[in-house]
Amino acid sequence: MSAAPAPVLTVRHAQKRFGAVHALKDVSLDAYSSEVLALLGDNGAGKSTLVKCISGVYTLDEGEIRLDGQSVSLHSPGAARRAGIETVYQDLALFDNLTPAQNFYCGREIGFPQWLPQGMRLLRGRVMDREAAAVLDRLKVKLPKFDAPVALMSGGQRQAIAVARATVFARKVVILDEPTAALGLRESRKVLDLIAQLRAEGNTVILITHNMEHVIELADRAVVLRQGRKVGELKPGRANQQELVSMIVGAEA
Amino acid sequence: MTEVLREQPETASPSVRGGRPREVGRGVSIGLRLLGIGPLLILVALALAVSLLTPNFLKPGNLSNILAQSAVIAIVALGQHLVILTRGIDLSVGANLALATVMGGLMFRVTDSGTAVILTMLVSGTAIGAVNGIVYVFGRLPHPFIITLATLSICRGLALEFSIGHTTMRGMPDAINIIGGSTTVGIPNSFFIVFGVAAIVLVLTKSMVWGRWIYAVGGDPEAAREMGIPVRGVLVSTYTIAGLCAGIGAVVLAGRTGASSPLYGNLLELDTIAAVIIGGASFLGGRGHLGHALIGALMIGVIRNALNLLDVNVFFQMIAIGLIIVVAVEADVLRNYLEKRARNLQASRIQ
Repeated sequence: MSAAPAPVLTVRHAQKRFGAVHALKDVSLDAYSSEVLALLGDNGAGKSTLVKCISGVYTLDEGEIRLDGQSVSLHSPGAARRAGIETVYQDLALFDNLTPAQNFYCGREIGFPQWLPQGMRLLRGRVMDREAAAVLDRLKVKLPKFDAPVALMSGGQRQAIAVARATVFARKVVILDEPTAALGLRESRKVLDLIAQLRAEGNTVILITHNMEHVIELADRAVVLRQGRKVGELKPGRANQQELVSMIVGAEA
Repeated sequence: MTEVLREQPETASPSVRGGRPREVGRGVSIGLRLLGIGPLLILVALALAVSLLTPNFLKPGNLSNILAQSAVIAIVALGQHLVILTRGIDLSVGANLALATVMGGLMFRVTDSGTAVILTMLVSGTAIGAVNGIVYVFGRLPHPFIITLATLSICRGLALEFSIGHTTMRGMPDAINIIGGSTTVGIPNSFFIVFGVAAIVLVLTKSMVWGRWIYAVGGDPEAAREMGIPVRGVLVSTYTIAGLCAGIGAVVLAGRTGASSPLYGNLLELDTIAAVIIGGASFLGGRGHLGHALIGALMIGVIRNALNLLDVNVFFQMIAIGLIIVVAVEADVLRNYLEKRARNLQASRIQ
């Protein structure tokens, strides 16, 4: 029981310009553990820019990102990953020719002996298989075959593998960019269950989605961006769904 | 509710809608498995057919001959397969090999030391391979085709320029003649070289993190970068190793012929690419293993040998190998199609 929780991730006064385009205008937000924070906004509202700043793809022109109260500089995706922020983009960054376990550890393989540089180490295949299987099992992800390349798996299964991989290595924050965009109804359902499971395990999840139903069902809080500005923050529910939508599109409610 | 039930394949009743995809799924997975072992089956079938046609084929002397003839292709194909795994291609291996034999031949003019000559060939091959990789990666070329085509031309030219009389130079140190030309208990020594190279490549690709990275780069270069894999280093390493393999091939070929020549390795790039592809690796990258390169090399060796024994004109060998390449590439396309089917079936089973 953590009383008076401090935010895991804090963004303060974020500014980002691309030439003449002012993509982020003084955006601030907090994300806490055991919560799903929905990031909403129309196309071009600045969601992607903000997420890419948090995951180290872009650097902020002004403003600050803090993790557990510590100011961090996320100058590359690798730096963000090392800081404990994992992002699952829509392309998933999965390797079709590798098995789920190989995908899990790709780029951070468990190997020995430790004194050799990473690339020269020998793979601990069985350890990685076991750990990956345990994680997938814990997250209730069912796969048809564990030793088959992910090329043979469906969109939802691939999404689940990518999300599960992110959670293993995310010590602070998991960012999911439209995880259900390409999925059918039932596969979407599974991914939503997975996100709920992540929250139950204490993760901080930032969810980008266009699906209002999913936001209302899953998100604890929603931050709405419009034209690079934060225009609102509320607890989404059936009652204020209309308000949420008008915030996104900019119409007066 | 019925939909919820159908989600569990074990408990689903074989209803009309649930049953058909599963049968199709079985067909697809059998098809995929057949494609996986196809090249080996073809090799065995080929050997059986040839042995029925000509009894000389299975004589120990001839089998040993096939191994020796396939050795150079096999060694260089092992390097080529690493490059192809990363979606690349190395067209320079043949000319690289020729240049390496010439450099070795020149070194033999200076010293009788077998070690020095062998090292010269290996260093020459490796250096050219490294140049390929470095120019490709750091020159930001869109595809390795052009740079390796350029080094093909440069190496062939250099080999002709450097070789005395611009032609074949007789003579090799004993050590190299033994490696390339002699046999041990009836097995050609070059076979043991193939075995050794294959063992090293096996450890590199299957047991080492580096090898996993080679597969990752071939599977999805963009994702590999995102995952923090040193993509450039991996690419340079594969071309360098391909060059080293060309250097090893140079030692074996020079030993087999007792000579060095700027004319060696003509069309060897095609033979090695063909070996990797007809062995069953994918041109699209990330799929394949060294077994494919070895089976492919042996298949080319068997076809050449069989057509020789059957007194078929040498031109037909080229036509035959070309046709087999077409079949192999089509098989690769078919495999990709079947995998897509399998993926859709997965999704429909869950829906």
